[in-house]
Amino acid sequence: MSAVPRQPLVVITVDRAAGPVVEGEAVVSTEGFSPRYDLDRWTGVISKPGHRLEGTSIRDKILFFPTAKGGIAAGWAFHDIKGKGIAPRAFVFGVTNPVMVQGAIFAGIAITEGWTPDALSEIRTGDLVRVDPGRRVVELLERASDR
Amino acid sequence: MELNDEERAMQRGDRGAAVKEAIDFQLEVGRFFGARRFVPISNAHMMGDIEVMGDAGLSRLRQMAEAGTRCAVDITTNARCIDFAHATALQQVEDEVEKERRIITHLRQMNVITADTCINYQTLYQPHLGEHVAWGDTGTVIYANSVFGARTNFEGGPSALASAITGRTPEYGFHLDDVRRGNFTVELDVDPSDLADWGAIGRLVGEPHQSYYAVPVFSGPGGTPLRRTPTSDELKHLGASLASYGSHAMFHMVGVTPEAPTVQAALGGNAPADRMRITRADIDRVYAGYDVKDGRCNLVVFSAPQLSLFELKRLSELLDGRTVAQGSKLFVTTSNAMKRTATELGYIDRIEAAGGIVLEGVCFYILQDLTPMKQRMGWSSLVTNSAKLVNTITAHRFNTILRRTEDCIETALTGVVR
Repeated sequence: MSAVPRQPLVVITVDRAAGPVVEGEAVVSTEGFSPRYDLDRWTGVISKPGHRLEGTSIRDKILFFPTAKGGIAAGWAFHDIKGKGIAPRAFVFGVTNPVMVQGAIFAGIAITEGWTPDALSEIRTGDLVRVDPGRRVVELLERASDR
Repeated sequence: MELNDEERAMQRGDRGAAVKEAIDFQLEVGRFFGARRFVPISNAHMMGDIEVMGDAGLSRLRQMAEAGTRCAVDITTNARCIDFAHATALQQVEDEVEKERRIITHLRQMNVITADTCINYQTLYQPHLGEHVAWGDTGTVIYANSVFGARTNFEGGPSALASAITGRTPEYGFHLDDVRRGNFTVELDVDPSDLADWGAIGRLVGEPHQSYYAVPVFSGPGGTPLRRTPTSDELKHLGASLASYGSHAMFHMVGVTPEAPTVQAALGGNAPADRMRITRADIDRVYAGYDVKDGRCNLVVFSAPQLSLFELKRLSELLDGRTVAQGSKLFVTTSNAMKRTATELGYIDRIEAAGGIVLEGVCFYILQDLTPMKQRMGWSSLVTNSAKLVNTITAHRFNTILRRTEDCIETALTGVVR
């Protein structure tokens, strides 16, 4: 892997954010997310049959989802998967719901909501990205194709 | 956020470390959503079971209980993952059963009422118009906001617990007038005649409008009231399905819900972003969309939400004198209180005499060890009249099929799904 450039290739502004600054590999989904409906919470792999990320591990990833599905489970579930060592580093949502936010804050996982420009058209799975909640930005550091 | 004297005292730690930890967490959530202040709450409802909490959650709860944390506001628990009377028969792992007992002990130490029900709005507490509460799961939230006109966001377990500890919740989302206004309309040009029909409507509306802030306004054709006013159980299944498929926290229904005397009043000046019309053909297409595979099905479930006394009565009538097919399982889940009453009335005997298994205090999709249970039992397809269950159980890789109540019974009796 080549050295990370200082200047981000793309800067995405987010509307709301909380949690620590993190960097990691992006996983981008065009389908929404619920830890209860979609995730095997014992392995960290998306297990819902037919989910667009079926078979993908979320461990240590930066996850991009357009929407949140459900659900009350995230309140405890994010804390649980963090304890099991299979949590992602950040959730980047187009539109989320309060439980995802409550759950991420409770677990100490970075989370953001709302994006300009549209992260789903700017970021691809495998890209290296940084999430900086304090500055309310998500930055593309390196394209997957260049890594 | 603007804090009053009491909230500042909490934040300083004057009310103890546990209260400080709770309000600090709430402040961070409130700041995320741009809340201006806290609002006092009168009731809370929380999810807290080993299936969703895991060892990390149990450990956190134990620390809180040992530190002397106490809830200041009445708080009840949602359905849990183990019915202790059936844990052995279902081969749920003994260690996890023991952990579930410890969770219950810790919650009681903290002044939590472990009622274990997801139909608190039918059986325990009915908040009034404008009353602020802090509830989860989602089915309880959408019922509170829509049918009672009470005010709550989706509150996950730790968040509802924090609200009960501090007696307040950040004022954002559905605590605010403008978020509660409808923003698209749905004309029901159909007379739904089964709980599954209402769940199918929830899917048709929720799935294409997946957003916490989408608030549908239901009416009959041309904005008129519905031809027949829905029952509490019908609104329960509609709401649970909307919350599941759409992540919705509120709906309006003209002439039924308190903030919707008319379509215009429910929209509150919003121009509808979409206008849907639902007919019988749309609902039939939902049923036709499920893959029945080879037509065999050895698992039928009535759950999600837990069944009311009226649903239990109906099931007992449909099953009276009949027998579940050899090798098939029929599960029913309800609250502890409903099961006791239904037992006294003879409904439970009739369901069990037919071979049905009635679980109390749990919901099927959150049962501990469900994936290994599924493999051991040779379950593949699952037939239910709950649209919510069809959606929520998918991580366990069931082939889920929504059917009307009588069709579900037929599958239970024959082992065949059509």
